[in-house]
Amino acid sequence: MVMAIRSLFIFVVILSITVPTLSLYEDQVGLMDWHQKYIGKVKHAVFQTQKTGRKRVVVSTEENVIASLDLRHGEIFWRHVLGPNDAIDGIAIAMTKYVITLSSGGSILRAWNLPDGQMVWESFLQGTRDSNSFLFVPTSSKVDKDNTILVFGKGSLHAVSSIHGEIVWKMDFPAESFEVQEVIQHHDIDTIQVVGFVGSSQFDVYQINAKNGELLKHDSAAFEGGFSGEVSLVSSAKLVVLDAARSTLLTISFQNGEISFQKTYISDLVEDFSGMAVILPSKLNGLFAVKTNTASAFISVSSEGKLEVVDKITHATVISNPLPVSEGQQTFALVQHGDNDIHLNVKQGHDWNSDLLKEKIKLDQQRGFVHKVFINNYVRTDRSHGFRALIVMEDHSLLLLQQGEVVWRREDGLASIIGVTTSELPVERVGVSVAKVEQNLFEWLKGHMLKVKGTLMLASAEEVAAIQGMRLKSSEKSKMTRDHNGFRKLLIVLTKSGKLFALHTGDGRIVWSLLLNSLRQTETCQNPTGINLYQWQVPHHHAMDENPSVLVVGKCRPSSDALGILSFVDTYTGKELNSFGLDHSVVQVIPLPFTDATEQRLHLLIDASGQAHLYPRSAEAVAVFQREFSNIYWYSVETNNGVIKGHGLKSNCDGEVANNYCFGTREIWSIVFPSESEKIITTVTRKSNEVVHTQAKVIADQDVMYKYISKNLLFVATVSPKASGDIGSATPEESQLVVYVVDTVTGRILHRMIHHGSQGPVHAVFSENWIVYHYFNLRAHRYEMTVIEIYDQSRADNKDVLKLVLGKHNLTSPVSSYSRPEVTTKSQSYYFTHSVKAITVTLTAKGITSKHLLIGTIGDQVLAMDKRFFDPRRSVNPTQSEKEEGILPLTDSLPIIPQSYVTHSLKVEGLRGIVTAPAKLESATLVFTYGVDLFFTRLAPSRTYDSLTEDFSYALLLITIVALVVAIFVTWVLSEKKDLRDKWR
Amino acid sequence: MKKKLLLQVFTLLLVISSLHAFQSDELLVDDEEFGLEGGNRQPKERIPDPVVPTRSTPTRRKYSDSDSDSKIQITLEHAFGDTDFFPAATFSARLKTWSHGAQTLTKLRFSRNAFTEVEKQKFQKLLEHDEFYSIRLPSNVLNSPGEDFVMSSVRARCLPRDGLDELFVIHTKNVILLVKLGALRHRGRQEGVNILAVNYGSPGSCPYPRQMKLPAKWSFNSHTVLKNSEQAPRTPIFSEDTLGEQGEGEAVPLPERSFWAKYWMYLIPLGLIVVNAITQAMNIPEEQATGQSGAQPAGAIQRGPSPAVRRR
Repeated sequence: MVMAIRSLFIFVVILSITVPTLSLYEDQVGLMDWHQKYIGKVKHAVFQTQKTGRKRVVVSTEENVIASLDLRHGEIFWRHVLGPNDAIDGIAIAMTKYVITLSSGGSILRAWNLPDGQMVWESFLQGTRDSNSFLFVPTSSKVDKDNTILVFGKGSLHAVSSIHGEIVWKMDFPAESFEVQEVIQHHDIDTIQVVGFVGSSQFDVYQINAKNGELLKHDSAAFEGGFSGEVSLVSSAKLVVLDAARSTLLTISFQNGEISFQKTYISDLVEDFSGMAVILPSKLNGLFAVKTNTASAFISVSSEGKLEVVDKITHATVISNPLPVSEGQQTFALVQHGDNDIHLNVKQGHDWNSDLLKEKIKLDQQRGFVHKVFINNYVRTDRSHGFRALIVMEDHSLLLLQQGEVVWRREDGLASIIGVTTSELPVERVGVSVAKVEQNLFEWLKGHMLKVKGTLMLASAEEVAAIQGMRLKSSEKSKMTRDHNGFRKLLIVLTKSGKLFALHTGDGRIVWSLLLNSLRQTETCQNPTGINLYQWQVPHHHAMDENPSVLVVGKCRPSSDALGILSFVDTYTGKELNSFGLDHSVVQVIPLPFTDATEQRLHLLIDASGQAHLYPRSAEAVAVFQREFSNIYWYSVETNNGVIKGHGLKSNCDGEVANNYCFGTREIWSIVFPSESEKIITTVTRKSNEVVHTQAKVIADQDVMYKYISKNLLFVATVSPKASGDIGSATPEESQLVVYVVDTVTGRILHRMIHHGSQGPVHAVFSENWIVYHYFNLRAHRYEMTVIEIYDQSRADNKDVLKLVLGKHNLTSPVSSYSRPEVTTKSQSYYFTHSVKAITVTLTAKGITSKHLLIGTIGDQVLAMDKRFFDPRRSVNPTQSEKEEGILPLTDSLPIIPQSYVTHSLKVEGLRGIVTAPAKLESATLVFTYGVDLFFTRLAPSRTYDSLTEDFSYALLLITIVALVVAIFVTWVLSEKKDLRDKWR
Repeated sequence: MKKKLLLQVFTLLLVISSLHAFQSDELLVDDEEFGLEGGNRQPKERIPDPVVPTRSTPTRRKYSDSDSDSKIQITLEHAFGDTDFFPAATFSARLKTWSHGAQTLTKLRFSRNAFTEVEKQKFQKLLEHDEFYSIRLPSNVLNSPGEDFVMSSVRARCLPRDGLDELFVIHTKNVILLVKLGALRHRGRQEGVNILAVNYGSPGSCPYPRQMKLPAKWSFNSHTVLKNSEQAPRTPIFSEDTLGEQGEGEAVPLPERSFWAKYWMYLIPLGLIVVNAITQAMNIPEEQATGQSGAQPAGAIQRGPSPAVRRR
């Protein structure tokens, strides 16, 4: 057995003796990888109506992206992803050529060149306190004038020159907690009016000289009823706000230094009003909208301050900001939901009953409600005004409507993926063969001639392009059936909006998408969020006639005690099979390694009160579960308290109505990290679907080491509380990083190690018997990566062949965590240049292929590094036998080989996660990287040793064989003839 | 009772290395050994390294005037299955405080109360159902015990051998306490000892299909290991010149290649030519020989017709 292991190992070593490079040739780009660019849910959009800017729209999104989109096709002209902590508060266009963005809570102001997206200038605005932020770009009739931008942020008002970003003047308000709500510009005189609230009950108006920031006038008035939130400015001297109880409308007029309040009860305007009302954000002249529990009411405000309801709409409604069409005239868009379609109305500001445009648009699929609408006008061919509307839907998609049609759509929900799983494609059935005769014989021959030319490097540039195009076309990668190598799969992704997408791994197209109704806002479930998705049913025995399905778990509120939601979705058809709300919360979802007769995987859901609930709810599942009842353990991590607990199952739940699917739990062990010195920052376990090929590792001196392979291991990293902030916030003396390897069944600490003077963030990956983690070393001022390998000593004696022959070994005995297997660990640290966003490891079908670590770098790229660089047995001068084993000489830092970036020249902006899935072919692994962008590729960590490459020329091989056979025959005939001639001589 | 006490008295796990791989970090506690061993400890160190108390003796002697010891008792509680926790044993230890404020637990003694009849029955019940026998210790041994507990459980069937064999692995942590403790009068910067985790189980293996077995003796055979954390290995740092040497080292092997290895491509053709020349040279005399013998076949050919001639 050892010999067999040894020979196999030597074989593997021979295979991997050369460091395999993952690099591709230029013409292989796009062959097995794809890249998609997204921007996220749009928050603001501004149109530019002059010059070339006419054709584009600038948007800012919730993923902190600012992008310029083509209005004709929806493509991205340019795009900038600001960091995750740099949320965009507002955008505007200044001087018709700059896009101004205010971000980071009103402290960073940037200007971008509109045509190409280059940053023109950047200003950091200082302030004393956190406040709301407000961006105001005054409109001016004179273009060449040095326009100033008014920014309120961090408690001060700044006037910033839009040409070079210099702060012209800054003004601090005398009142401490003044929050600016609106800025009103007076064109005739160079003054601006700033209105806002101090606290919740004082209304202030400041009149400021726009040239120098001089405070001209300050009026304030208090209202004992209090204000709440949203403000609607209905004219230059009047605004409408709700009182604190949200049941009364307050009209505040502030003309000539006099502030007067006027109360109107909503119940007087809208019958059957109860509860709370919300003012819909709008800036219309003399009109505002109030959303109540029953309907949206549009209320006009006369110059005397009289309120009058002009219309009531019971459907969900969204209104846009006003769009000035001509002098003194403004229009706005109103979007309502019909049964299956949406109605877009464009109305004139002063006249509710005049519809400039009335369109009914049918949507091709479920996209939920309209969340936002932005309108833009254009001049039609007949010189009249046309309108187009950009709408943001509930599923975060972006649609452009024009002439009653959807011109383009962007599935920007894919920028916020929260869960990924894979699903097989349907098996190719007889009769529905997708294969067809490709081209005629001549085409086929021509193609192969081209390929031969390409191989012999005789092809010209156009021919190379033709070859690549042919490869892309002829490859069967985008078929909708399962392939022999398992390269074609469906990636099922769950997005923040509660929409599921199925992406084809071949070309990344969306096969189906489904907005889950169970994850949409309802009366009972106010703020549902998805948690994750799991493979629910993966049919193997009935693969021909049963479809796989996924389980989507969500909860009603972000808090941990919110009730859970389950939804089951067929992955072939994209239909929701079943969904229901749970009567308990979901804190943890544990997919169990058991399935029932229909191959539905058993899942254990742990609720906030510590009870375990079994799904699927069937008697059979319970029977399967009861068999393994005493062998089910799990752990929970309480990051806030610094406690890790182990749990086991007890009998059925007590105190409840007879429920066979609910089980009580008990605490088995606990580890308490002292809160004064340690704070849990990272916990990592092995992936449940990982396959380990061999437990033994043959080392150089013909010795065997046994990997300690347990699925119940947990890696925990803690830092001292002072060092839990950003790098640089703590000195090396007061920061330390402690790492633990814990057995989750018994709570035994297998390994514990301190890194003095180091701190997080820690990113770790746990695979087989090793852990690699990344952290910052404050003493060395560098990032480090450390590897820990765990070996089983209790099996170390199994080296004697005689013992193995006689069966005196413990290799087949069941492993129990209670046996306290002795383990040894080996570890080593290396410097690493990059900071890291995510780490994962490649997974293959049988676990034979050597592993690569996939590191998502700070530059939003994915770097593949051979696990051999992280071998703790690397030494400065490896012996000859160690070299043969493949141990690299020790270096203090890890090399970064530019060719080993799997994303090659691309960037996965805002990278958040890397998911690997094994293909059926042992040498290949599928890698899906997501963030704002998506990237998919196929890797072969040890090269494709078990198959021919895709561009292998079978024709050349055939021709060679045929030529050889012909040559054999010819020479045979010739030699026969010669023999005969010789004999006749 | 005395006998039992003797049995329960702390056992020294000196030859841990043969039992456990964590050679460096294990804390071996025994009174006699304690006084004998010694090591060097830098009094300047502020954060104590993983401390093996046996090492710390000289330090204590040096600073005996400023060091202070205080006795503490830690109560071990146990539970049978889902019952509540009851006191079962006590660890008494010395809390050593060094001049620099670090505190460690030393001279750990363990005394376990014998099972009462009720407890025996409970334990037997556990054995029958292969249920959990749990123990717990207070997490913070210095102040406010009874708030947080570290807990550990074992399947009851793992314990019985001859008697009841048990092993405690206690992971401790020295903590810098920023809050001044009222009860323990110490200077400004204060450190405490926290029990991070305790792992309880049988010292030997417990193979999976756990067999029901009643202990022969209802007495405990206890072993305790105290563990502190290990230092991470330093990242190797190569200075410039070693790197340079290595760089040269890569170039050096070139001349080591044998003459043959370097010039085989010239030598083989040369050899072939030589061989060819030799055969050529050999052929010259041969040719002369064949010249003579070559005449014979000619004669043979001639002989062919000649018989025919003769026949004629």
